[in-house]
Amino acid sequence: MRTDETTKKDYKGIWIYAEVMHGKLVSTAYELLFGARKLAQDLPTEISAVLMGSDVAKYADELIARGADKVYIIEDPALENFVDDIYTKALADLIRTHKPDKMIIPASTIGRSLAAKVAIEVETGLTADATDIVIHKETGLMHATRPTFGGNLMATIVCKNHRPEMVSLRPLTYPKAERTEGRKGEKIRFSFDSAKYTSKAVFREFVKELSDDIDIGSAEVIVAGGRGLGGGESFKLLKDLAQTMGGAVGASRAAVDAGWITFRHQIGLTGKTVKPKLYIAAGISGQVQHMAGINSSDIIVAINKDPEAPIMKQADYAITGDLFEVIPALIEEYNKHRKS
Amino acid sequence: MHILTCVKQTPASDSIKVDPETGCLVRSGVESAMNPFDEFALEEAVRTKEKLPGSTVSSLTMGPPQAEAVLREAVARGSDNCFQLTDRALAGSDTWATSYALAQAIKYISKTQGEIKLVLCGKQTNDSDTGHIGPQISSWLGWPNAAFVRKIEAVTEDSIRVERLMEDGFDVVEIPLPAVISVIKEINNPRIASLKGRLAAKKAKITPLTASEIGCIPEKTGMKGSPTSVVRTYTPDLKTNSVRIEGATPAEQAKNMIGELKTRQLI
Repeated sequence: MRTDETTKKDYKGIWIYAEVMHGKLVSTAYELLFGARKLAQDLPTEISAVLMGSDVAKYADELIARGADKVYIIEDPALENFVDDIYTKALADLIRTHKPDKMIIPASTIGRSLAAKVAIEVETGLTADATDIVIHKETGLMHATRPTFGGNLMATIVCKNHRPEMVSLRPLTYPKAERTEGRKGEKIRFSFDSAKYTSKAVFREFVKELSDDIDIGSAEVIVAGGRGLGGGESFKLLKDLAQTMGGAVGASRAAVDAGWITFRHQIGLTGKTVKPKLYIAAGISGQVQHMAGINSSDIIVAINKDPEAPIMKQADYAITGDLFEVIPALIEEYNKHRKS
Repeated sequence: MHILTCVKQTPASDSIKVDPETGCLVRSGVESAMNPFDEFALEEAVRTKEKLPGSTVSSLTMGPPQAEAVLREAVARGSDNCFQLTDRALAGSDTWATSYALAQAIKYISKTQGEIKLVLCGKQTNDSDTGHIGPQISSWLGWPNAAFVRKIEAVTEDSIRVERLMEDGFDVVEIPLPAVISVIKEINNPRIASLKGRLAAKKAKITPLTASEIGCIPEKTGMKGSPTSVVRTYTPDLKTNSVRIEGATPAEQAKNMIGELKTRQLI
């Protein structure tokens, strides 16, 4: 809502959206709790988590143990799966009733649409896909910084006069908050108004596609391949390294367009933007469109036959060599390290 | 069926440059193009038209006068009608105010040019990268929506069934029309403009729209109507001094690499 100096004071605390997808709590909830705790130190203020779903109250204790002072719970069979309208209406009503000052939502598939719609519903500003948030010392406002123009320009954005200030935060921006046994918190149920929280859209089914794979959006290690792989079967080698290191497999657009691997693995401008601790690029030349998807990674390792490939200058570490020789050697060396 | 796509003129991905001194975009010599994600939305609109005979595809853009080029590109790729929302009052709009103006334009076009049943948007733009506009337009219109759509499984005059790409699989959602759908690259492989399309683009009539004409309330419009504002822009520290991993054999290189990762406590 648009506020003035008096009505602003009605809005209190930092809320995080603890996403539940297909019945499971997503670990971004713990990252957001870590981030909220960091921000709360500069304010100081209370942290609340929001849980929505059909059977989600069971997650409240874990959220409290990891730093939530309060957990708001909206439970109803109609929330079993994500339907944009239903979730938006329920969350907007919760916000209108309990008036948070700041709200952080994960920049996930669900979060990106939900946050955008809630911002319209409650008439407030939303900063998308931020990779950093700090509290401004004088104003107490969130200064959320986000990459724009494919990572070429960083923009810091504020929401001055509307409440709550909303930010969607890129997964892996913060580490996961640790558990504190015996930590106390309050659970507050918010009733689901089934006459009001409706949608014309109908959720039909969920089809699981990832089995033992890790999603690239939440992976701390990514091993990605491009044109240099020469064919789809070579991704097996990348998968071996990824599994050895507990990571996920990514790909450049060239590899996806060639039909070597499915789109969900595509990293870059038209695919996913990722933020792993370690990104290993094998046989990827490093076009700007690809770099746009990876330049917020902590460490980039490039393996390429061509020492002059653009990625070899933009990576933290460049290994000149044949990926079909280097990757097996890395697997062997990593296994030695693990045993030692 | 009347289908509308929202398209935006943005800097071509290859030519985006930032002045490291000022932290501002270099405007001169930058090529403009259709936002790459909008190509998928437009292509899907044209494919839907081909499935449902008698359909019309309209394209809507909001931007400065030169954004006309993106509408001509849309015609070349199969759009029938073009609407250009150009108004200084809209300058400085954030996603809240932009989605408001676009929703007002969609209502206006629906009223004057035939009821719009389906709005298709790209999942995000390649300049501001928010992904807000599709879902936010649906909120302003009070229509159901789906984002991150990778496939339209079925579409009729009255409803649409889509696959939404999720982190762990996909959801199938069925939505009665009117609705707003935002699409991802996986949905199709856009065709290139035909010669006939290029000729049509040259001749196309572009309908201009202004903020007052479509009923935008000044308090919700432009910079004044935007809840968010940019306080600072800067260039990120791009990595330039990469460390070459030495080694006479792949095994040596691997040993040195893993050693580095250990030192930096990454493994």
